[in-house]
Amino acid sequence: MYAFDVETPSSVAEAVAALKDEEATALGGGQTLIPTLKQRLAAPEKLVSLSGIAEMKGISTDGGVLTIGGATIHADVAAQGDYPALAALAGNIGDPAVRNRGTIGGSLANNDPSACYPAAVLGTGATIVTNTREIAADDYFQGMFTTALEEGEIITAVKFPIPEAASYQKFDQPASRFALVGVFVAKTADGVRVAVTGASEEGVFRWSEAETALNKEFRSDALMDLNINAMNMIGDLHGTKEYRAHLVKVMTRRAINAIG
Amino acid sequence: MPADGGIGASTKRREDVRFLTGNGNYTDDINANGQAYVYFLRSEMAHAKINSIDTSDAEKMDGVIRIFTGEDFVEVGGVPCGWEVTDRFGNAMQEPRHPILAHGKARHVGDPICAVVAETLEQARDAAEAIELDLEELPAVIDMKSALAEDSPKVHDELESNLCYDWGFVEENRDAVDEAIKNAHHVTTLELRNNRLIANPMEPRVAIGMFDRTTDEHTLYTTSQNPHVIRLLMGAFVLGIPEHKLRVISPDVGGGFGTKIFHYAEEAFCTFAAKAVNRPVKWTCSRSEAFVSDAHGRDHVTKIELAMDEDGNFLAVRTDTHANMGAYLSTFAPSVPTWLHGTLMAGNYKTPLIYVNVKAVFTNTVPVDAYRGAGRPEASFQLERVIDKAAYEIGKDPIELRRQNFITEFPYATPVAVEYDTGDYNATMDKMIEIADLAGFEKRAAESADNGKLRGLGVNCYIEACGIAPSNLVGQLGARAGLYESATVRVNATGSISVMTGSHSHGQGHETAFPQVIAEMIGIDPSQVDIVHGDTSKVPMGMGTYGSRSLAVGGSAMVRATEKIINKAKKIAAHLMEASEGDIELKDGQFTVAGTDKSVAWGDVTLAAYVPHNYPLEDLEPGLEETAFYDPANFTYPSGAYACEVEVDPETGKVTIERFSAADDFGNIVNPMIVDGQVHGGIGQGIGQALLEQAVYDEDGQLISGSYMDYAMPRADDVPFYTVDHSCQTPCTHNPLGVKGCGEAGAIGSPPAVVNAVVDALRRAGQDITHIDMPLTPSRVWQAMQS
Repeated sequence: MYAFDVETPSSVAEAVAALKDEEATALGGGQTLIPTLKQRLAAPEKLVSLSGIAEMKGISTDGGVLTIGGATIHADVAAQGDYPALAALAGNIGDPAVRNRGTIGGSLANNDPSACYPAAVLGTGATIVTNTREIAADDYFQGMFTTALEEGEIITAVKFPIPEAASYQKFDQPASRFALVGVFVAKTADGVRVAVTGASEEGVFRWSEAETALNKEFRSDALMDLNINAMNMIGDLHGTKEYRAHLVKVMTRRAINAIG
Repeated sequence: MPADGGIGASTKRREDVRFLTGNGNYTDDINANGQAYVYFLRSEMAHAKINSIDTSDAEKMDGVIRIFTGEDFVEVGGVPCGWEVTDRFGNAMQEPRHPILAHGKARHVGDPICAVVAETLEQARDAAEAIELDLEELPAVIDMKSALAEDSPKVHDELESNLCYDWGFVEENRDAVDEAIKNAHHVTTLELRNNRLIANPMEPRVAIGMFDRTTDEHTLYTTSQNPHVIRLLMGAFVLGIPEHKLRVISPDVGGGFGTKIFHYAEEAFCTFAAKAVNRPVKWTCSRSEAFVSDAHGRDHVTKIELAMDEDGNFLAVRTDTHANMGAYLSTFAPSVPTWLHGTLMAGNYKTPLIYVNVKAVFTNTVPVDAYRGAGRPEASFQLERVIDKAAYEIGKDPIELRRQNFITEFPYATPVAVEYDTGDYNATMDKMIEIADLAGFEKRAAESADNGKLRGLGVNCYIEACGIAPSNLVGQLGARAGLYESATVRVNATGSISVMTGSHSHGQGHETAFPQVIAEMIGIDPSQVDIVHGDTSKVPMGMGTYGSRSLAVGGSAMVRATEKIINKAKKIAAHLMEASEGDIELKDGQFTVAGTDKSVAWGDVTLAAYVPHNYPLEDLEPGLEETAFYDPANFTYPSGAYACEVEVDPETGKVTIERFSAADDFGNIVNPMIVDGQVHGGIGQGIGQALLEQAVYDEDGQLISGSYMDYAMPRADDVPFYTVDHSCQTPCTHNPLGVKGCGEAGAIGSPPAVVNAVVDALRRAGQDITHIDMPLTPSRVWQAMQS
């Protein structure tokens, strides 16, 4: 680890001000950034910790919308009862140490192509709230490790319209236990949404053919004739492109069956 | 036997009090006054010519004490190899120099090129980044078969080729085996890979070198399974330090699994540098560094053929193996695919003709050496897999095919040069069938099918050679060391006992189990006995712990020393009771005179030995301390039968282990709870090899699975609750305790059981699959089902 300074602002405004410094980097729960620093793969001069900002923490439900503060840890999301599919997803991220440090805002800002939260956000059609604006999930994810966030922009909250029913089915990568493939299926007011993480070189994506088929008929058999193109899938030590494409279908079917 | 704590008692491990409360004293917990830190700048290329190294900027940086390069080690020895294998033509293996720091070329990712010694570790790292390395990348030699091609680049330019040796065993059988296979009624052939593994002990390696200018004494703290071996290799062959000026200490060590047997360059570096900079020098390996610097395990590519007659009787076995040595020869690397592998190819079966051919190959990868089981898992895996395939091909029940070929009479001299003293393979098979409830398998398979899962059953046997080893024999086979063990039993004046053992405990529980033996022999409470190990200045020269040898060899030395103690104590007791020595009996810590009510307590006798007022001083020296060195007459041969039941998810290829049953014959047992734990751990590692773990290099020699993000270690939810049994006991005939060793059995016996089970599950589902290479990842199993 290289030497760096740490600031611990207590409000979003202070954090925004601190991040105006070009050499500053925001620190959420640190589950990706700290290992990166330990390996000397990043050298920020200043870390601005978001974990001391009270207004970015906590979970509330109002008018069918679950709002989660950007600095809320996974364990707290796992403990809420208003959106069970999201709670189950959060409760299966990493291990207890990760779930008690890692934050939803940190995960979404990082947008790891194998992370679980992006599938929930895209699959629910959630809204990312930042210090300057609100960004629809469909506009937010822009490819692996890439998002719509501007330099210095902070995710202060995420708003999930609670769907009629939802399920996240994750197939673990055996070593990291990130998603080798994870599929989030939600029946929302605007129709069925299917979001896939872990599988694509492009990061999280919506499987629109499946959505179309499921909007006609919400049964796993509706996917029978669909096939997902393996070309853009990730192929690595843990699974070929074809295997991931296959798993997308299996996990989608399982999510549909879990919803019933 | 004492009410609690003698031989056979499941005494709780006393060392766990400090381990479980965070009070262990590991090497990294030790800090010396004025200690400096070393950071190794390691090669990021698999194969590179070192054109130049410019340290001038780095040397000026804050905190830098000195920067070392390969040039600084030209005058000292390289890291030595402890075993010389002779090839099938009678020639010595090719043995390259292994410099402490790379000189001329870097030969694997992780090969240390420079060492920066600084006031702090961060300063050392900062300076390492300022070193200007001019490396010229060379084509990497990764695939073993390509490495042997005429036009392959060479890992070591000074050698003739990348072939370390071409070993044949038993060479005289070669033609007869070929002939038997040619003429056999049926030959089953299997090609497989025994996957490369990384041991990953919880505690990474650490070394601290110290030097005292006033006495010329060097001290090395290191995470070793055998501090005396390190003292001998490093003192005599690397740095030229006489042993009385070199103390090696291995305090608490957090797991070894083989990879902490070997002498490593970092240990020699810290010892050398401590004198050169006149400061203690400490190195703590990071986890990332461990992946590219700890010796790896396994990595064999094998073709095995099993010839049978029309009744399924085994006629001959022929194997052709390529064994990866990596870039340099680690301490015992040449012995693993040869003497620890070829000699086990008879397994539990009376196959009359066996020929094993092994080509050991240099590649631009981390050196490969012993890992839990070391050669024996590779032997068991191929043999038990080919037998399963043979049973399928000839339509026989795999258990019956095994039984029909079992060795049933002992001692049994195998055609691969070892003699099994005892065993009862039908007994362990019967026991396995019982504890695994094989009778209930079909019912469970039907339940699995109802849940959309494919259930499979895999069974296998194993044999291993432990209690390593008769020194004169291994000397003939090329070992450059003796493999006896030592113990000093020091009885204190008031009767408590300190045992200085050459064995080393790095998780095995010696501090609990060894006192149980002495408690049993003398009849005192085991709390009166303490074990001292891991310090060359405290214990007699011993060879350490590996190869399931501690109790069989180290324990035997302790028994021999204790017998000397008891003999002397009886003389003292006879004097005190004015009786004849021949009439003295020792029971429950009391010496009695046969046929009388006279008695004297253990403590009275020991006190008399040290306060010899009433003592036969003319005939007997005072004091009560004895040393024994025990050299085993033979290996020990633990054996067993294992059963694994798996469920395969046909949609994803994911394998879950539903049941695992192990019936082992370890001979006599001292602490059944510790034996259970050893078997559990071994099976866990075997399941790791079978389903999860793989060290994978790409064609450029980059280690793709170089962190826990990609190297899958088994976790609690990957393994089932095991059913283990060690009630089948055919005691070893040639050591005083009748023990055989249990440390490696689980890792040897379990991989074939798992793979047999998965292949069985797929076959039951109508798939024509005969083999899938380990690890059986979901992706691989699914892929196999598609073809």
